[in-house]
Amino acid sequence: MIAEVFIELKEGVMDAEGEAVKKALRLLGFKKVRKVSSVKVYRIEIDTKNKEEAEREVKEMCEKLLANPVIQNYKIILKE
Amino acid sequence: MELEEIRVAVLRIEGTNCEEETVKAFKNLGVNAEAVHLKQFYSDTIKESEQRSLFDYHCLVIPGGFSAGDYVRAGAILSARLKSVLRRDLEIFIREGYPVLGICNGFQVLVELGALPGFDEDKPISEKPQMALTVNESARFECRPSLLKHENKCVFTNLLDLGRIVMFPVAHAEGRVVFPNDEVLDRLVENRQIVFRYVDEEGKYAGYPWNPNGSVFNIAGICNVKGNVFGLMPHPERVFWGYQQGRDDVYGDGAIVFKSVIDYLKKNF
Repeated sequence: MIAEVFIELKEGVMDAEGEAVKKALRLLGFKKVRKVSSVKVYRIEIDTKNKEEAEREVKEMCEKLLANPVIQNYKIILKE
Repeated sequence: MELEEIRVAVLRIEGTNCEEETVKAFKNLGVNAEAVHLKQFYSDTIKESEQRSLFDYHCLVIPGGFSAGDYVRAGAILSARLKSVLRRDLEIFIREGYPVLGICNGFQVLVELGALPGFDEDKPISEKPQMALTVNESARFECRPSLLKHENKCVFTNLLDLGRIVMFPVAHAEGRVVFPNDEVLDRLVENRQIVFRYVDEEGKYAGYPWNPNGSVFNIAGICNVKGNVFGLMPHPERVFWGYQQGRDDVYGDGAIVFKSVIDYLKKNF
């Protein structure tokens, strides 16, 4: 099973990278760009066919390493 | 404790890069210091003469650098490894009052580890991080001198007068202090845990570029509630010598951090 984990900044946390990219895009002439958010994706292959088990494990991975709960949210999408 | 008895461990893993000057700073002041690879604390593939226990030392320093390539988040991987192999030892070490210092990437590690802000004396490492050091407001690596006002004493700044302004250089991309809510900042202020704040040439709490990363409340360094765990983004080891900041004096501004902790160990152990 494959888990895609999306790590995003929480609402209200300034996204310095997103802001810098937005500025550069607008300088390049993309004047319609209103907001850019930086999102990190991990694609994790897990040795299990059990969806619940995979979800539980990946959640724990997020809690223990992949996300800092002070500034980040995570979203998990499981694929066969 | 006599000066010659003091032993300092400067932790290294792949990607740390300030261990040499940190070890040399301690050695110059007459104590035993060595760079110790994390594996020396737990792996049985290390030859016996190089195996170590945290309790062989009286002070632990997590130096600057880019431990584990700054992957995931700066400090996240080293802190996860520390948690898995040294957590219990480290909690005892901190509870017993032994000093722990994190410089730059080392500060990021202590934050990710939950050893800072360290509000609970009995449980010096929290389950989850309680603050973050995230991408600078400028979205750049900021590398230059910074001025710091000494706000509160900890075991690493005991010998420095309150209110004094020192110059330690910064070199980081992820140093912006963020708290989950205002309450954390209030507690830090109340407990006198904010050790250094960024200021301008007149000693005022100023914005960028004086505050190089956009940290809340201009925070540059904090200690735990007990004052024996200290983390800061700027590098005291890079201004250990006077010549490193263009001065005729033997020692530069950073030496006080090393002198203070040695003084603390001599008096308290």
